[in-house]
Amino acid sequence: MKEYLVKFFVNDEPIELRVPANRTLLSVLREDLALTGTKEGCGAGECGACTVIVDGKAVNACLILAPELDGMHIETVEGLAKGSQISPLQESFIEHMALQCGFCTPGMLMSAESLLRDNPHPTRDEIKKAMSGNLCRCTGYKKIVEAIEAVAEKGVYDK
Amino acid sequence: MRVVGTSVERLDAIKKVTGSAQFADDIQFSRPLFAQVKRSPYAHAKILKIDTSKAEQLYGVRCVITGEYYKKRAGLYLEDKNFLAVGTAKFKGEPVAAVAAESKEIAEEACKLIEVEYEELPAVFDSLDGMKPDAPLIHPDLHTYKVAPIFYPQKGTNISHHYVLRKGDAEKAFKEAYKTFDNSFYIPHVQHVPIEPHACTAQYMPDGELCIWAACQSPFAVRRALAETFDFPLNKIRVISKAVGGGFGCKAGTTLEGIVIPLAMLCPGRPVKLTYTREDEFQYAYVRQGLHIRIQTAVNKDGKIIGSKNVLAWDGGAYTEYGVNIVKAAGWGCVGPYDIENIATDSYCVYTNHPVGGPYRGFGMSEIHFAIEQNLDMVANEMGISPLDIRRINGIRPGGVSATGQVIDVAGYQECLEKAAALIEYDKPCEPSGNPRKVRGKGLAGGWKAPSMPTDAQSSVIIRMNEDGTFILLCSCHDMGQGSDTVMAQIAAETLTVDVSKITVRTGDTDHTPYEWQTVASRSTYCAGNATKLAAEDLRDKILEVAQIKMGTWKKDLYLEDGYVRRVFYPDIKVPISTFALGLMLPDQSGIAGPMIGVGSYTVPNNIAADIKTGLSPKPVAFWTMGVNGAEVEVDLDTGKVKVLKMVSVFDAGKVINPQMYEGQAEGAMVQAMGTALWEELKLKEGKVMNPSFVDYKIPTFDDMPELIVEVVENAEPTGPYGARGIGEIVMVPGAPAIANAVANATGVRFTRMPLMPDVVLAALKAKK
Repeated sequence: MKEYLVKFFVNDEPIELRVPANRTLLSVLREDLALTGTKEGCGAGECGACTVIVDGKAVNACLILAPELDGMHIETVEGLAKGSQISPLQESFIEHMALQCGFCTPGMLMSAESLLRDNPHPTRDEIKKAMSGNLCRCTGYKKIVEAIEAVAEKGVYDK
Repeated sequence: MRVVGTSVERLDAIKKVTGSAQFADDIQFSRPLFAQVKRSPYAHAKILKIDTSKAEQLYGVRCVITGEYYKKRAGLYLEDKNFLAVGTAKFKGEPVAAVAAESKEIAEEACKLIEVEYEELPAVFDSLDGMKPDAPLIHPDLHTYKVAPIFYPQKGTNISHHYVLRKGDAEKAFKEAYKTFDNSFYIPHVQHVPIEPHACTAQYMPDGELCIWAACQSPFAVRRALAETFDFPLNKIRVISKAVGGGFGCKAGTTLEGIVIPLAMLCPGRPVKLTYTREDEFQYAYVRQGLHIRIQTAVNKDGKIIGSKNVLAWDGGAYTEYGVNIVKAAGWGCVGPYDIENIATDSYCVYTNHPVGGPYRGFGMSEIHFAIEQNLDMVANEMGISPLDIRRINGIRPGGVSATGQVIDVAGYQECLEKAAALIEYDKPCEPSGNPRKVRGKGLAGGWKAPSMPTDAQSSVIIRMNEDGTFILLCSCHDMGQGSDTVMAQIAAETLTVDVSKITVRTGDTDHTPYEWQTVASRSTYCAGNATKLAAEDLRDKILEVAQIKMGTWKKDLYLEDGYVRRVFYPDIKVPISTFALGLMLPDQSGIAGPMIGVGSYTVPNNIAADIKTGLSPKPVAFWTMGVNGAEVEVDLDTGKVKVLKMVSVFDAGKVINPQMYEGQAEGAMVQAMGTALWEELKLKEGKVMNPSFVDYKIPTFDDMPELIVEVVENAEPTGPYGARGIGEIVMVPGAPAIANAVANATGVRFTRMPLMPDVVLAALKAKK
């Protein structure tokens, strides 16, 4: 398999890797970089568990091929907290008990983070639409919506 | 109470929002091998020959095994399962060989090189067909299998368990009835779909020790089953379960552990890893069993049900080692939370050449209540009684009697019913949709569930006090999202009168955390909760035992508060509990007692097996949890699409330990129930799973979320910790029939088969015209 040298950033840290043509960003994160916060729920872009932010957009890491990564900035769940200071969004998820098993949570957080950066005060329908690519089997979604609404209300993402 | 009944933050919350919670597939191993599985393309076939030589020669392959390598059967209640097929393959996709290799790609390539010759056999794809006398036999040696003494496999048939219930005189009731009814329903297979797929790694060390890291709800049950199958003494096999990304039952028994263990045993020192893909998860994880159910009902003039006859034919799939118990549980709960004097029920577990059935949230109750609760509405309509009234008339009350003859002393059903009816405004018509082609309706459904477990299922908990007055709580009930870690900490904190932050909970390691039968059955808050309370009380007593020396008064005049031991009559005289963490140092500097460790061992008291002939028992289960869901729906008459607008949930939890987590359980359950009611079905065509992806098997998304209202009734469980009883499963049970009842209310059309897909609804609406 042909390999490519790619230079990119993960949570602001520069990375340089040789990757085979068929490797996904998800495999790079989980296997090459041991950043296992990003989860694999389906490997087919259907569940959103592997959502990360690439150059400002929420995407499924399982659908990005690693050779495309050159020059890109990737943000994963591990980058949300600053040191041991968790972000207001993470805090809101905890406060609203917007997680149970926690497996979909990293993807949920990244989708919500991306939504709120683009749209600091989304309506409930906008939240549902932006988040509808992220599946959760535990919560029934209500508390996740409430967590996102609450952090938006605080004006944390106001530009 | 100080801590119990408050919404303390989940203990695992920060780990889970920062991505640092470690799930089975996240564990990093050095020099891992990767396993892959060769599967049968036939639903039922004799394995004539397996040639693994080409696979073995592939560069990077370390070992290849077939069913011949380890032929011993496994099973929780009935030992009928081989992890790799022996002799015949009994479902499409059954493992027939497995490979361990240096990479996933090599393992996959090697599987392709394994050559298998089969002779296809006639197959069974429906439980009713499987019960016929001339049906092909899937387990011809069934009568020789080892089985728990409460299950009754029928020799020379596909019936692995037949539960018989005979209470009162059903025949007589039907003769005397004012009216009788006869309704049949079908509930298809559904899949659990935790977002985390199954994952497992096994490592066998040269000294004979085996360690397994698995996404598993029940490390101890898994350890025992695997030890028996692979001939390990229990002190040489260790099962570790980390964070579990949702279970809903499918991670309760043994699954892929039995595939990786024999591979690991051939490659000492090398961790062998297997993680299911989503496609695997849909096809090869336990499925919720399909069910044909026929309910006959005898009613008197006032709408009181005087007799009920039920036949349940469960599609258990190729192996029913776990399924037999669901079939029994469904028999015990067979009429729902209704007090009926005369009952005759037959519940059959039937082998088919379908994927393996297993526990799913509700453990049979979701399936049977889809029928029971719709049947009630159908009877009510025929009798000219409102669905609410028929439930008022027949719903169980304190002192009522269950199907098995158990007197139900605490029964909040009627309160839940009234509350749910009020929340959904059942007496008022729906707000019009504003579009004559979109009609609305409301439905109610009740339900109950008991923990179906061995009559002597055990739990144990150890609480260690640290030198600074903090605590480590060790238990093996497993937090798979339901929040058991937090609940145990709250119960311990309440008893020890300390803040929850003082307690760290460690679980899921059979070498280091104490015995727990299983994390299933909605039993953890009750069983492990009782063990936690006992352990905390034991620790408290030990502290006070030593404190009486230090504090110069009798133990009975001392108590714990806020991390201090205080004197009853002089509460200002207080000594920090940390003083006693390692025992006590006397004035001469000698030490007495020693490190403080509280131990709690708990077995459900006085649970008695059911009689083989009548199925009756005065107390087969620890408790029944009951309650009611309401639903309001909108049906699009042009597309057949059902939209759930609102759902309400009211259950009698005994005592809610953590209100916010309770809400989370109830909300998630309603939405999961909605999925099964409207979309979810594992579509099987001659044994093949036709929809093994999220695109073809739709689960609810954000877009589908209805308005969700959760309220609770609290009639304390006398034997529960602080009055609590289990709730995690029952809160899903009446959701699907509540929706089906609402659809019938909106359209006048009754759906006796789930799911209510738009095409099905549309066809039925057209047929009605």
